[in-house]
Amino acid sequence: MKRFLTSTVAASALALMLATHAASAEEAMDPNAKQGGEIIATYKDDVTTLDPAIGYDWQNWSMIKSLFDGLMDYEPGTTNLKPDLAESYDIAPDGKTFTFKLRHGVKFHNGRELTADDVKYSIDRVANPKTQSPGAGFFGSIKGYDDVAAGKTEGLAGVTVVDPYTVKFELTRPDATFLHVMAINFSHVVPKEEVEKYGADFGKHPVGTGAFKLAEWTLGQRIVFERNPDYWHKGLPHLDKITFEVGQEPIVALLRLQKGEIDLALDGIPPAKFQEVMADPEQKARVVEGGQLHTGYITMNTQMAPFDNVKVRQAVNMAINKDRIVQLINNRAVPANQPLPPSMPGYDKAFTGYAYDVAKAKALLAEAGHPDGFETELFAMNTDPNPRIAQAIQQDLAAVGIKASIQALAQANVIAAGGDKAGAPMIWSGGMGWIADFPDPSNFYGPILGCAGAVPGGWNWSWYCNKDLDAKAAEADSMTDPAKSEERNKMWSAIYDKIMADAPWAPVFNEQRFTMKSARMGGADNLYVDPVHVFINYDNVYVNDVQ
Amino acid sequence: MIAYLGRRLLQSVLILFGVSLITFALLYLLPADPVRQIAGRSATPETVENIRRQLGLDQPFVIQYWRYVTSLASGDLGRSYIQRSQVTELIVSRLPATLLLMVGAILCEVIIGLTMGLIAAVKRGSATDQSLMVASFIGVSAPQFVVGLLLLYVFAVRLGWFPIGGYGTWRHLVLPSLTLGVLGAGWYARMMRSSMIDVLRQDYIRTARAKGLARRAILFRHALPNAILPVIAMIGIDIGLFMGGIVVVEGVFGWPGIGQLAWQAIQRVDIPIIMGVTLVSACAIIIGNLIADIVAPFIDPRIKLR
Repeated sequence: MKRFLTSTVAASALALMLATHAASAEEAMDPNAKQGGEIIATYKDDVTTLDPAIGYDWQNWSMIKSLFDGLMDYEPGTTNLKPDLAESYDIAPDGKTFTFKLRHGVKFHNGRELTADDVKYSIDRVANPKTQSPGAGFFGSIKGYDDVAAGKTEGLAGVTVVDPYTVKFELTRPDATFLHVMAINFSHVVPKEEVEKYGADFGKHPVGTGAFKLAEWTLGQRIVFERNPDYWHKGLPHLDKITFEVGQEPIVALLRLQKGEIDLALDGIPPAKFQEVMADPEQKARVVEGGQLHTGYITMNTQMAPFDNVKVRQAVNMAINKDRIVQLINNRAVPANQPLPPSMPGYDKAFTGYAYDVAKAKALLAEAGHPDGFETELFAMNTDPNPRIAQAIQQDLAAVGIKASIQALAQANVIAAGGDKAGAPMIWSGGMGWIADFPDPSNFYGPILGCAGAVPGGWNWSWYCNKDLDAKAAEADSMTDPAKSEERNKMWSAIYDKIMADAPWAPVFNEQRFTMKSARMGGADNLYVDPVHVFINYDNVYVNDVQ
Repeated sequence: MIAYLGRRLLQSVLILFGVSLITFALLYLLPADPVRQIAGRSATPETVENIRRQLGLDQPFVIQYWRYVTSLASGDLGRSYIQRSQVTELIVSRLPATLLLMVGAILCEVIIGLTMGLIAAVKRGSATDQSLMVASFIGVSAPQFVVGLLLLYVFAVRLGWFPIGGYGTWRHLVLPSLTLGVLGAGWYARMMRSSMIDVLRQDYIRTARAKGLARRAILFRHALPNAILPVIAMIGIDIGLFMGGIVVVEGVFGWPGIGQLAWQAIQRVDIPIIMGVTLVSACAIIIGNLIADIVAPFIDPRIKLR
């Protein structure tokens, strides 16, 4: 996890400053990288779609990044922003106008050159309600978004094509996260003619400008990516071919990986096999560990007694033995004391949170008028290890007198209960916990802790709404000047510290990603636990047994 | 015969209608919102409502169901909420794999089950009989997930005789078929044993023995064809049993059938796929039962279709 701390404060500010006017030189290539070869990777679940406007699960997230490009991207394996399809960009002093100059000669997989019209088309398409894109909300700050969302018009007034290689975005408010928004998959550029040709089936026939192009898709069996020989980024990708085999149980995938039949088992190492793998030095050497932009937490419904009392929420925070829960999942996480994960800019290293203290928790409960505890319900997802974690939480709560009955349900049912004001007193977020869309502290606020998310069907399951903090968050996000990013991160730290004083959540842990690869795979470790690509940076990895 | 078939087909349509109504109602009552799954966590309430309107999910149950049934009548199963593809296309692409797995499983259960039952009946009361019956009991009661992983570990990982999961060649088919067939094999062994013991007590067998016919001839020419009848009639009904098993077995072996499709759809509340797979499964069960009923009089002339 510390690996990514470099990206957090100083480096991201530096990168932003450097990039304000022009793209930095192409990043240095790995001198050991070899060209050619193919790999096989496996997933349990079938890939739903490869349309960047639609795809929003962790299988297709990294695949889409290799088929498409956006105006912005991140340096491989880090959270440092860099221009991608944009050659340079300019932010107006008021922070409300972003102008991007595009690279010349970038071609779609169908051979046509990408222009600014394609950028506008792609963003308009995601914002258009007819596309039913889960990413539409990210463009809320663009001028004209409300009219498009309401179906009054089809094009965003704030996105203008200045010339074939220049596109301008006008925002209704200064938005410090806008460059990140231009890097997420929903902003990736698609060719209009191919989208119109395939209609709703574009997701099965993706055409982008990315390092790989789709060669084959046999539903329910495999997806094959082939190297894009015309890729604008010279020297990439290294691999000639990637075959994704789907429908493989994680345990079966691990057996195949151990036998050398496949190169990457992307569902990770099954919990039952984790210790066995890590006890074998040869296998352990092939496991890469990295931090994720993830936090697992317990929400307490602040609108529901007795959790409407801050002392009760603080007591719960003190009652949870986080170290034991981390042990329960084979130490595949680090204990958390605040909403932000350690690899996120704005993480407050000095913050200590609530220490595990049963006596103090009991005292707080007594102060709150519950000396003998109370009865409540804890909702959790019904797939391993979440019921086990919920039981550990249940035991911890019992030790301070809180008798929680566990409601282990399917994911969709827990989400539905959380989005209902009177639905769930407590929820363990495991399996549904927040993984950031982009590496910016604001991404952990709005939908899950801000007032905007505390609505029926929303994701703010603690129904916590602090108008002061909403105002502070808006103020922080209006600081678009890259030179002030340090100051902005500090503002965000203060916001999360205040949230922890109100304790709508009991943060439990930040998951670590463990990727096991075959012995033949090469490339820096952080390409296998890439926090933005979630988790493999296919463009930059390579195999050692070619040439 | 034609009148019988006509009546059965009419019944089948009514059953399918009932299945569609019940499944649709259950999914409607489910405390989970498919629109939230589509809209994602960053969606504003307006976006959510917009999608709900577009999908017609803001309409009352009766209208939603009527729309579904009318497009179903024209052969349209709709589009997946999550994958956005035609449900028909998704099911058609996966159905051959599931049918192949079922054929493999039927072969496994018939061959293994009947052989075990036959041997047990002939060696009735012996240690062989008892161990075969214990084995059949284990077959019936062992969880398929465990059987699948065990077979994979022994025959694919350790011995390397078969591939570790996947799809494509006959070698890929063996272990999943065996896993799915083990349960049926257990039942068949027990049924075959009692049926065979019954037949061996009959007068015509005694007569054959008295005639001095060879033991082998008595068993295979006189006893087996009669003992096998009630067992064969069961095969059609098995298809219904398999439908539950394929979800597990396809998962373990990475078999690209409709079981995996259904499982993923359930997780994501992808109603059009859940409906589609349920209706296709119901069709398979109805057809299986129909075949079993039609074939029965040919195997045993004492049975008459009415």
